Formats: sequence, structure tokens, C-alpha cells
Amino acid sequence: MSDMLHDPMVLRQIIMDHYEYPRNHELSKDAGYCQKHMASDSCIDDIYVQAKIANGVIDDIRFDGVACTISTASTSIMSELLQGKSIAEARQILEQYYAMIDGKNYDAQMLEEAVAFHNVGRQANRIKCATIGWKAIEELMDESEKAHEQE
Amino acid sequence: MLDVHKIRKDFPMLEGHRMQGMPLIYLDNAATTFKPQSVIDAVTHYYTDISVNAHRGDYELSYQVDTEYESARETVARFLHADKREIVFTSGASEALNLVAYGFGRKLLKPGDVVLSSEAEHASSILPWMKTCEETGAELTYIPLDEEGRLTADNFERCMDHHVKIVALAQVTNVLGYEMPVKEICEIAHRYGAKVIVDGAQSVPHMPVDVLEMDCDFLAFSAHKLCGPTGIGVLYGKYEYLDWMDPFLLGGGSNARFDMCGNIMLKQPPYKFESGTPAIEAVLGMKAAIQYIDSIGMEEIHAYERELHRYVVERMMKMDNLVVYNPYSDSGIITFNVKDVFAQDGASFFNANGIAVRSGQHCAKLLMDKLGTSATIRASLYFYNTKEEADIFLDVCSKATLENCLDIFF
Ligand SMILES: Cc1ncc(COP(=O)(O)O)c(C=O)c1O
Repeated sequence: MSDMLHDPMVLRQIIMDHYEYPRNHELSKDAGYCQKHMASDSCIDDIYVQAKIANGVIDDIRFDGVACTISTASTSIMSELLQGKSIAEARQILEQYYAMIDGKNYDAQMLEEAVAFHNVGRQANRIKCATIGWKAIEELMDESEKAHEQE
Repeated sequence: MLDVHKIRKDFPMLEGHRMQGMPLIYLDNAATTFKPQSVIDAVTHYYTDISVNAHRGDYELSYQVDTEYESARETVARFLHADKREIVFTSGASEALNLVAYGFGRKLLKPGDVVLSSEAEHASSILPWMKTCEETGAELTYIPLDEEGRLTADNFERCMDHHVKIVALAQVTNVLGYEMPVKEICEIAHRYGAKVIVDGAQSVPHMPVDVLEMDCDFLAFSAHKLCGPTGIGVLYGKYEYLDWMDPFLLGGGSNARFDMCGNIMLKQPPYKFESGTPAIEAVLGMKAAIQYIDSIGMEEIHAYERELHRYVVERMMKMDNLVVYNPYSDSGIITFNVKDVFAQDGASFFNANGIAVRSGQHCAKLLMDKLGTSATIRASLYFYNTKEEADIFLDVCSKATLENCLDIFF
């Protein structure tokens, strides 16, 4: 697995696969989900991300919207990677992901397929595409924790 | 015929710049344009040699600035075939269009009146009217575009009646680059007593524009799309309307005198619209830009761009991996997509090859509903682009596939 993750062909295939067949790509009407709308005027991406978080655990993540390859694939991969993780675990993964995007040292094991984006910074204006879904889940986790504190 | 290789030597940005390690090919001229050395020199001339305020001093340097500043107004007036009292300096097309909506529209419009516009307008042309209509109770109506996305005189005339007081349209639109029949539109509008506000942001830099001949009531443009500095533009208005309408800002420079009882006596147009210290260096730079354009010749510029446009589009149309949305555009604007590739991914592929194009909705969100796509790539030409650059662009176009667009990330 770790060797394969250095093969550009494999990494490209991962992104294409998640772009053409995005996972968890349908929003839920279930009231247990909180939702974030992520849109920016500097970028065309316009996506909705939903998470069902209970007892500090992310039970489910879903998303939908109009978006480029990089944001669709990175959000799809994120939705698989963080499902079933505790908020604390998810935050560790997020930290590694942002470190990778910033060109710092990171733990590739933890990121699994998300390592496909390790060179996205070569196109600096696309960093926001590679992080839009990740920022959404981060905000959803923050809100969930805040709501919990207030209870 | 214009000598493009000689012209390119005038532009520092066209001398050996690279992007992503490749020679830079700049095809985002609808967004802004490069500046020739003479414009850069005119800007630094202000800061180096005559760096004092305009209209404010009793000393020789101030008089010199005044003279140069006002001579820029004359240059713009000649360029548009207007009178210099009809040339208001603004920060750009956006401010000029807002000024008309605010100062003219708000004073004129009543409930039941109609403002006519189209779905192909730039946000800076349409949003001020949305707001003004909301505030005055007037109604904003869109003229239907034909299948290609063009505004025709017939469709326009069908929308006209005596309730229409304002017609706000771009002479050349920024997404599809179509030219509207502006003279006919002004003639029809005037028959019904409506005033026509022309957004000239994409026309004035690319073709001869004569406000007397077209008989528009207002026209706006930005200098930066015309080889001039940023932060400066023009509102042309018929003197009678400028005289009647309100300014948008009050303050130093626009009033002749005022007293503490609240009586304000404004100066005559155009000065009543020019409160505060203006972008003096930019005004001088705009003058140099117009002189530069004149030295090449607007007819030549237009003809050259048309030819280069035809050259590129004919070849793009033959590529199976592309969709061109405006093959018959009247300007240097080419709006397209790589099949099955999101616009932004396509634009990044061009970037990785040193080519600057823009992806997005180009501020005309409404139009995208007509094209059936949420986003496009726009390549826009100017007179300093060459056939050699076009060939490199075409070569990159031919290689644009989803796989290649993603390979730039590895
Ligand atoms: C048709 C049109 N109108 C108005 C504008 C606004 O120009 P500026 O940003 O210089 O004010 C633009 C610029 O993109 C344009 O293309």
C-alpha cells in the first residue's frame, strides 16, 4: 500500500475514481444531521456538507453540490476517512492533512487515500479546493462540541 | 497591419516573464491588460516630478498638475468624441455605473417605471439597478436573449413601452463577447423617451467608440482594460443629464461654496462629481494609455483581434475534446470548456503550461443558466497576443483531457 501511494498513476486514479463516483454523495433529510454550506466568491465550488455526530463520534458524513475534481474527490475521501472516528481522532487526521497541504511533515499512514493531494500546493490557488470539505467538517465538529458544552 | 512583435517590446510584462516555469502567455485581457512603458512612465512622472495636489494650490507646480490633469480630460473627450465637460473621472467602470444608478436613477425613477437590462450583464452593470429599483419601486425587466445568447434589436423593441425609463446594457458582454446593435437600441429607446446607459468596459478598449454617433446617454469604462492604470475610469454623460443628476459623494473639490446653514452650491459638471483628491497619477497614466492606443490605431487593433480570434476559434472548433460556447463572438473573448472537465481543473491545466485564462462564472451568473453549464473557461485576446502564442495555446487545448488536467498535481 505505501509503495503504491508513491505512484502518480495510482494517486491520479484515486482522485478520478472519487470524482467520477463520489462516495456519500447524497444529502440526508434526517434531523440528526447538521449541515454547512461552503461557497466562496473567489472559487466556483459550492458544496453542502452534512455530519451526524453523536456522543463525540462522527456516525456519518454526506455532501453534495457543484464542485471541481479536487474538491469533489477530497471531500469524498474525507467523508470515508472520518466516518466512525471520534472527534479527537478526526482532529488528528485533519491536522496531518493540513500539514501535508502546507508542505510540512505528516503521517501518511493516517491519511490513507488522502495522500493523493500531497502536491496540490503546486497549484496554489487550488489549495482551497483541496480543503473546502475538510474545513466544513471542522466547523461541524466545532459546532457539535459547542452545543455539547452548552447542554 | 499592426507589427505585433514591435509592439510587444513596449510592454515590460511581455519581456521574459514566466509562470509555473513556462513562458507566460497572458490570455486574461478581459479582466485587465498589461501596461506599456509609456503608461508606467506617466504614472511615475507624477510621483517623481510633479507630486502635488490638483485644483488646490496657488503655486507653479500645482498649476502644472492642473494643466496635465485637465489635458487628460481633453484626451478622453476626443477619444470618445465627447465634450470635455461630459467626462467624469471615476475609480472605474463599476463606480461610474453605480454613479448613474444612484445619481440619475434614484432621482428619476418612480413606482411603475421600468428599467430594461439583460441576463448577460456584468454584476457592476446590473446590481446597481437592482438596488435602485428596490429603493424606488421601479421594476427591473430582462430582455430575452436569442438562442446564441445575443441581444437583438427586435427582442429589445418588443420589450419597449412608455414605462421604460432606463435601458442599461453592455455594448460588448464579458462572457460571450457579443456586440449589441447599440445605435439602433439608442434610437428605439429614445423614441419612447428612455435613457440608455452603455457599459463600455469590454468595448472601449477594443473598437472605435463614438458617443455622438451612437447617441447613448451615458457610457462607462475602466482604463485598466485599455493598457491604463487601475483605479481610474470614466463616466461619459450628456451634459444636460450630468447637470440634472446628483453626485454620489460630497466634499472638497465638488462644491463651489457652502455655508453653515446647510446651503451647498455645487460646481458644474464634471467637477461636482469629483470630490476628494483623485488618483492623479492614474489620470495621467490613462491619458498616456489612450495616446498609446491612438498611436497604433483602434481600427487596426480591432481588425487584428478579429483575425487572431478567428484563427484560434476555427482550430478550437475542430477539437473533439472542447466545447466552444461563442464561436461567433464579435470580440476577442473565447468561452469554452474541456469536455468532462470542470472549468477550474481546465484552467489549472493551462496555468501549469504558463497560460493565464480565467475560470468561473465571470460575474454573469444569470447567463450560465442559458449556457447549461455552471462554469466556463474564458480566454480573451488583446492586440499584443501573437499567432505563436495562439499556437501554443491551441497545442495545450488539444492535450486537455481529464487525465492530463489531473497530472499537474503529481
Ligand atoms: C462588461 C463589464 N462591465 C463592468 C466591468 C467592471 O469593471 P471594473 O472592475 O474595472 O470596474 C467589467 C470588468 O470585468 C466588465 O467586463
